[in-house]
Amino acid sequence: MTMKSNTRQVDGVTIIDLSGRITLGEGSTVLRDLVRQNVAKGNKKILLNLGDVTYIDSSGIGELVSAFTSVRNAGGELKLLNLTKKVHDLLQITKLYTVFDVKDDEAAAIQAFSK
Amino acid sequence: MFDTGTLGQANYGILGSSLILALSRASKREKGDGNRLSMTAKKVVYKLDSTLESVNEAEQKASELASASGFDEEEALRIEMAVREAAVNAVYHGNGYDPNKKMTLAFERTEDALVITVSDEGHGLDPETLPDPLAPENLLKPSGRGIFLIRSFMDEVRFRKLDPGTEITLIKHVRSHDADGKEESK
Repeated sequence: MTMKSNTRQVDGVTIIDLSGRITLGEGSTVLRDLVRQNVAKGNKKILLNLGDVTYIDSSGIGELVSAFTSVRNAGGELKLLNLTKKVHDLLQITKLYTVFDVKDDEAAAIQAFSK
Repeated sequence: MFDTGTLGQANYGILGSSLILALSRASKREKGDGNRLSMTAKKVVYKLDSTLESVNEAEQKASELASASGFDEEEALRIEMAVREAAVNAVYHGNGYDPNKKMTLAFERTEDALVITVSDEGHGLDPETLPDPLAPENLLKPSGRGIFLIRSFMDEVRFRKLDPGTEITLIKHVRSHDADGKEESK
């Protein structure tokens, strides 16, 4: 199953709901384009909802890192929402869990963005 | 991006034609346990094009064989992910998607483990020179985590230089209750 995405705006935060696989040749380039397009439009508060992401590989992890750094370099913030156990474990193993700001409640995540 | 229906069919064709060896008796040393060896010592080898479709097929085969080898869902997923990473290294970093270069993928169920080898025909890889992806200066790099993940997910990982290319061997031991408690004494 390839990755699908849905983008919505809530209280000035761009929420990107992702589902499926974030892997080399599938979701990773889609994710990169989505984040780039939003940053270019001035949407610099980005919440990536990974709740329905079923699989992620090292390429997908790399894209999450790239998304994080590109949004931060543009003066914005990127947070992660609703990690599955698989994704949570991968971020733990790669020591990225503490790099990302990870939330498990959408409303609280939106509130956590700087005003 | 991919139509999974047609992709699946196409790849089964590729795999069917590239099946080199199946059901080989891997060991003759324990003659008194012939039936057991015939059930457990199986080796399957595939020669695949250097494409992303091959990566997906390698991942799928690893998942099937890991489950069939008695690994639970979590362990099977780790094996599947390790094989995916090794296959990406082979077709992308090793073979550079070159249509003239192949990835060779072998699965062998030995008495106490699932042994998987993935080989490419690239310029070679020195595992000793790979940067540590957990080092603070590398933590935010977009790449360089594949072999680290393979090592995290498997029990043993070995590299062998080929001429040309690299062979990586991934080993996951079957727990005692899955192999009738015999391998613990090895």
